[in-house]
Amino acid sequence: MIEFHSVTKRFPDGTVAVDDFSLVLPSHKTTVFVGTSGSGKTTLLRMINRMVDPTSGSIDIDGADIGTLDPVKLRRSIGYVMQNSGLLPHRKVVDNVATVPMLRGMSRKKARDEALQLLDTVGLDRSLAERYPSQLSGGQQQRVGVARGLAVNPNILLMDEPFGAVDPIVRAELQQELLRLQHELGKTVVFVTHDIDEAFLLGDQVVILRTGGKVAQVGSPGEILANPADDFVSTFVGAERGKRSLHLENHGAGDVLVDGDGRLAGVLVPGSKAGPLAGSGASAQGGDPR
Amino acid sequence: MNFFAEALQWLVDPANYVGLNAIPLRLAQHLGFTVVTLVIASAIAIPLGFLIGHTGRGRSVAVASAGAFRAIPTLGLLTLVALSIGIGLNAPYIALTVLAVPPILAGAYTGFEAIDRRTIDAARAVGMSEVQIVRQVEVPLGLPLLIGGLRSAALQVVATATLAAYVADFGLGRYLFAGLKTRDYAEMLGGSILVILMALALEGLFALTQRFVVPRGVLAGRPTDIRTRSSRPRPVMESAIEEGQKNVHSK
Ligand SMILES: Nc1ncnc2c1ncn2[C@@H]1O[C@H](COP(=O)(O)OP(=O)(O)OP(=O)(O)O)[C@@H](O)[C@H]1O
Ligand SMILES: [Mg+2]
Repeated sequence: MIEFHSVTKRFPDGTVAVDDFSLVLPSHKTTVFVGTSGSGKTTLLRMINRMVDPTSGSIDIDGADIGTLDPVKLRRSIGYVMQNSGLLPHRKVVDNVATVPMLRGMSRKKARDEALQLLDTVGLDRSLAERYPSQLSGGQQQRVGVARGLAVNPNILLMDEPFGAVDPIVRAELQQELLRLQHELGKTVVFVTHDIDEAFLLGDQVVILRTGGKVAQVGSPGEILANPADDFVSTFVGAERGKRSLHLENHGAGDVLVDGDGRLAGVLVPGSKAGPLAGSGASAQGGDPR
Repeated sequence: MNFFAEALQWLVDPANYVGLNAIPLRLAQHLGFTVVTLVIASAIAIPLGFLIGHTGRGRSVAVASAGAFRAIPTLGLLTLVALSIGIGLNAPYIALTVLAVPPILAGAYTGFEAIDRRTIDAARAVGMSEVQIVRQVEVPLGLPLLIGGLRSAALQVVATATLAAYVADFGLGRYLFAGLKTRDYAEMLGGSILVILMALALEGLFALTQRFVVPRGVLAGRPTDIRTRSSRPRPVMESAIEEGQKNVHSK
C-alpha cells in the first residue's frame, strides 16, 4: 500500500508540480494517474522511488516513511518502466534485464537465466536476447523495459507512459499483455498516461489530475464515467463531446455505432461480454470514417 | 631533395646506432618520456574530468582554465620551470604535463556530457549508486571521446617533447638541437623524420583504439550498420571532440 500524505512539490524555479496531494494506492491494484501534459503525473510517480523528493508532506510504503529509507535500496526494490524504455545502449537485451538483480548481488549466470524467462513472460522471443536495444523496434524495447521492471520481482511497478511511443495496434497488444500480467502477478501498479481510454482500460482506481498536481476526481472507471465530478472531468473523459454516448445508425450495409460527434465508433456484437467499459471497448474497434 | 637524401643516409648510418646517441636509445627515451607524461597528465585530468562530467559542476572553471593553460607557450614555461627547479628532466615533465592536461580533461568530461541524460536518469532510477553510474554507464559510453582527448594530447606531447633536449641530454630533440649547433642539417632532418614517424605511429594506434572502444550496442545503431532504416545523422566522435575543443578555445 502506498500512501501520499499532503504531498507538495515545488521545484527550485518556483513551479508547483504537485499541490497538497493525498491518496491511498491499494496493494495489488492498478492505480492510473491521468491528466494533461504538465499536470504532475511524472513528478508524482518519481516521488514514489525518491527520484524526486517532496517539498513537504510524506509518502509511506506499507507504513514506512520512504523519506527515511536509502534511495538506492528503495529504487532497487521498485520496478520502473520509463516512457523511452531507458535501456542501457551498451548492454545486450538480456544484460539490461539482468542489471538490477546483479546490482542486488545475484550471480551473473542466475540473473541472465531469469532474464531469459522474463523475456518469455513479456512475450519476447529469446532470439532477441543477444541483441542491443538499438537493434529492436520501439515496441520490443518497451517490452524489454517491462521485463527489466519485473526483474527483481518487485511488489510495486511504476510505469510512466510506457506505451506512448508505439503504434495503436502494438499499444493495444501491450495493454492486453499488461492486463494478463497483472492478473497473474498481482503487483501494485502505478501507471501514468494522458490517454483516458488507456486509463479506463487498465485502472482499478483512476486519478484524474489537473494542472498543478491537483486531483480533479478519484474513483473506479465506472464511477468517473457515470458521475463526473465537474466540467473539467466530463470534458476530459469526453462525455461532454458525446464521445461516449453511442447510438445505432444504419449505414446501408448494416448497423454501426456512432458517437456524439458523428464519428464511427464500432459495431454492436451480439452476445459479447458487456462489461462496464463496453463503450470504450467498442470504440477500440472503430475507425475514422473520414 | 639533397637534404632529404642526406637525412635518409643519416638514418641508416650504422654509426648512429651505437653509443649514448644511438637512434634506438633516443627513440626509447622519447617514447618513454611521452608515455610517462601522458600517464601523469591522465592521473590528474581523468578523475577531474569524470567528476566534472558526472556532476556537471565546475565546467566553466575547467573550460576557462584549460583555455588559459593552452595559451601558455610551452617553451617559455619550460624555461621558467627549468630556471626555478634546475636543469634536468623534471622541468620538461612539468611543462609538458601542463600541455597535456587540457585535451585529456576535455575528452573526459565531454565524453560524459555527450551521453543521453535519459540513459543516466534511467540508470539511477533502477537503483544504480552514483559510483555504479560512473563505472557501468558513463565510463564505457564516454570512453571514445576520452581516447580522442588522449589522442590529441599524445600528438602534442610527442611533437613538443623535442623541447626536453633543451634542458637535458634526452630524446629525439637532441638531434635537432645538436644538428642546429653544428649545422648538420642531415641530422636535424633525420631527427625530425623520426619524431614525425613516432607521431604517426601513435596516431594510428589511438585511432584504432578509439574505434575499438565504441560500445558494440552503440555501433549497432549507427546508420552504417546493416539496419539502414534510420537516416538520422548521428555525430561521429571526431566532430564531437572538435566541438569540445572549440568550446575550450572559444570560452
Ligand atoms: N526538474 C524540474 N524543474 C522544474 N520544473 C519541473 C521539473 N520537472 C517538472 N517540472 C514542472 O512540473 C510540472 C509537472 O511536470 P511533470 O513532468 O510531472 O508533468 P507530467 O504530468 O508528467 O506531464 P507529461 O504528460 O507532459 O509528461 C510541469 O510544469 C513541469 O514543467
Ligand atoms: Mg510525464
